[in-house]
Amino acid sequence: MTTVRNKQLSSTPNAGLATATQAPGRPLVTTVNTKRLLLTALGWVVAGTIFFPIFWMVLTGFKTEAAAIADPSLIFSPTLDSYIEVQQRADYFKFAMNSVVVAFGSTLLALLIAIPSAYSMAFLPTKRTKGTLLWMLSTKMLPPVGVLVPIYLLFRDFGLLDTRTGLTIVYTLMNLPIVVWMLYTFFKDLPKDILEAGRMDGASTFQEVIFLLMPLTLPGIASTGLLSVILSWNEAFWSLNLTSSQAAPLTAYIASFSSPEGLFWAKLSAASTMAIAPILVFGWLTQKQMVRGLTFGAVK
Amino acid sequence: MATLQLKQIVKSFDDTQVIKGVDLEVNDREFVVFVGPSGCGKSTLLRMIAGLESTSDGDIVIDGQRMNDVGPADRGLAMVFQSYALYPHMTVEDNMGFSLRLAGVPKDERRQKVLEAARILQLEPLLDRKPKALSGGQRQRVAIGRAIVRNPSIFLFDEPLSNLDAALRVQMRIELARLHEELDATMIYVTHDQIEAMTMADKIVVLQGGVIEQVGSPMELYHHPRNRFVAGFIGSPKMNFLDVQVVEAGAEGVSVCLPGGAVTQVPVEGKDQRVGASLELGIRPEHLVLDDEGALTGQIQVLERLGGQTSLYVQMGELMVTIMADGDVAHRVHDKVNFGFEAGRAHLFDADGMALPSLHQHPLAGLRRQDNRVSSEASDQ
Repeated sequence: MTTVRNKQLSSTPNAGLATATQAPGRPLVTTVNTKRLLLTALGWVVAGTIFFPIFWMVLTGFKTEAAAIADPSLIFSPTLDSYIEVQQRADYFKFAMNSVVVAFGSTLLALLIAIPSAYSMAFLPTKRTKGTLLWMLSTKMLPPVGVLVPIYLLFRDFGLLDTRTGLTIVYTLMNLPIVVWMLYTFFKDLPKDILEAGRMDGASTFQEVIFLLMPLTLPGIASTGLLSVILSWNEAFWSLNLTSSQAAPLTAYIASFSSPEGLFWAKLSAASTMAIAPILVFGWLTQKQMVRGLTFGAVK
Repeated sequence: MATLQLKQIVKSFDDTQVIKGVDLEVNDREFVVFVGPSGCGKSTLLRMIAGLESTSDGDIVIDGQRMNDVGPADRGLAMVFQSYALYPHMTVEDNMGFSLRLAGVPKDERRQKVLEAARILQLEPLLDRKPKALSGGQRQRVAIGRAIVRNPSIFLFDEPLSNLDAALRVQMRIELARLHEELDATMIYVTHDQIEAMTMADKIVVLQGGVIEQVGSPMELYHHPRNRFVAGFIGSPKMNFLDVQVVEAGAEGVSVCLPGGAVTQVPVEGKDQRVGASLELGIRPEHLVLDDEGALTGQIQVLERLGGQTSLYVQMGELMVTIMADGDVAHRVHDKVNFGFEAGRAHLFDADGMALPSLHQHPLAGLRRQDNRVSSEASDQ
C-alpha cells in the first residue's frame, strides 16, 4: 500500500522541486525493504522445510513407540526409554568411534595426497592439467554400485572387508576428486610471486608448501577438510556393503534398527538422532569457517 | 665482487622465442637498468637471471661460474618483485628474516641482521606489523629489506616502483640510488619508465622484441642512439622525425633538404650516401628553438604550459612536431611559428632505421652516474 501511494505522490506533476528530488528515492527504499522482507521469509521457509524432518525425528526419539505411531502431536510426555533400549541392543560408542576414525582418517589422508597434487596443478600447470581435473571429477559421475563387485572382491582378497583401514581407503578415494578440485581453486588464488619470493629466499618445494602455501590458504584447506569429514560421516553405501560388525560406522548403526522386527519409529529416531548429533554439533561449531572458506576467493 | 655475463641467452616458450640471443656484461657494483616497452622480454630476462625461468639456450655466468642449472636460492641473488610479494601472514621482522630462518641462522643473529637492514631503511618502528598494516611505500621498503638481509651478490628489481604514486616514486628513486651507494652492490633493475632508467642507471640496456637494441650510459643513449627505436624511446617528450633528402654527402657531414626546402648539414658519417636518397632526421623537442629566421615553419595546434616550460604541438603539413620552449613564450594556439635547430643536435637515420654515426662524440656521453654523485658530494662539503 505505502509503495503505491509513494509512487503516485512522486509522479504528481505539481510536486515542489524539493519533493521532486527526494521522492524518487523513497519508493525505491520501500521496494528494497519489501523485497528483502520477502526474501527473508522465503529463506526461513526453505530452512524450516529442510530442518523439519530433523526436528520431528528428534521429537519422535523422545516418544514411546505407541505415541510415535499415533497422531502426530507436539504435546507428549518425553521419555528416554527408546535411548536406553537402543543402547542396550548395540553399543553406540563403538560405532561412533568407527565413524570418527574413518571420517577424520580418510580426510587426513585425502588432504595429504591432495595438497601436493593441487600444488603442482595450480603452480606448475601443463597442457593437460585442465583435462586431468575434469577427468578426476568425472569419476564422481559413475554410480558407485557399478564398481561395487570389483571393489568387494579386491577387499575380500586383501582382507580389507569390515576393517577401518578398508573403509578409510574407500572414503579417501571417494572424496579425493572433490578435495583436489577445491584445493586447486584455493591455491590458484594465491599470487605466484609469493611462492617465487620464497624460492628466492631459499625455500625448498616442501618448505614452500609448509611455510607459505598452507598458512596462506588455511581457510580453504580447513573448509575442504570439513566438507570431506561431513561427506565421509554421512556416507552409507560403502559402509553398509563393506562392513558388518567390526568396522561399522554410525550409518550402519542406524540401518541396523530399520529391518528385523518391523519398523520401530521411536527407536529408529533415537538411534538416528545419536548418529547425526556429533556431526551436527561439529558443523555448527565450524560453520563460520566453512562459509569463510567456501567464499574465500569471492570476498577477498 | 659480483659480475654477471649473459652469453647468447635464448628463451623460447613452445615455438616462440621471447629472448633471442642476448649478450650482456654486467660489471661489479654497476647499476644496470633493463628498459623497453611492455612485452619486450625484460622481465623474462630478469627472471632467467634469477633462476625462476629456465634458460633454453646460452650461458648465465655469475662471478665466473655457469649458473644455468643452479637453483634460484643458490645463485646468491635477491629479487624485489613488482607486487612486493611479502608474506602476508608474517610480521615485517619475520618477512625480512625468512631466508635466514630457512638457512638455520640462530634467532639472535637473525634479529641482529634484520635490525641492521631495518635501520638502513628506517623500518625499525614497523617490525612487528603485518604487511596489511603498511602503506605502499613501506611495503616496498620491506621488500627491499628482505633482499638486503640476504646479503646477495646481485640485487634484482622487477619494476619495483610501478605500483607507487608519482610523488612516492620520485622519493623511492632517490632512496634506491642512495641504497646502491651505501650497499655498494651490483644491481639489475627492470622498468618500462625511461625516466627511472635515465636517473638511476650506470648502464642502460634497451630491449625490444627479445633483442638488445643498445647498451650504454644514459647520456650516451640520449646523445648517440644507435637506431630510431632507441632515439624514440629515450627522452621525453619523444624525438621528432622528419623526412629529408640527401643533397650532398662529404667528409664534413651529410647535407639534407628539410621539409620546406631549407638545406642543413648534419655532422655525421655518410660518405656513401647517395644524393637524393631518403633519410629520416631526428631532432628532440628540447633542441628545437623558436626562431623567426628558422628553417622550419608550422601552425601551433596545442599549447601546454607547464610553468617553467611550454610544450608546443606544431602542425607541419602532415606532421605534428613537438617543441619544448621557454615557459614564458607569448604564442597562442593557431599562431604560425618559425623554428630551427642546431645542426649538431640532429640525428640522421637510414631506411633501416640505423643512425648514421656522429662525427663528434658528445662530451658527456661517457659520463657515469658516479660522476654526478662525486660532484654533488664535493659541493655538499
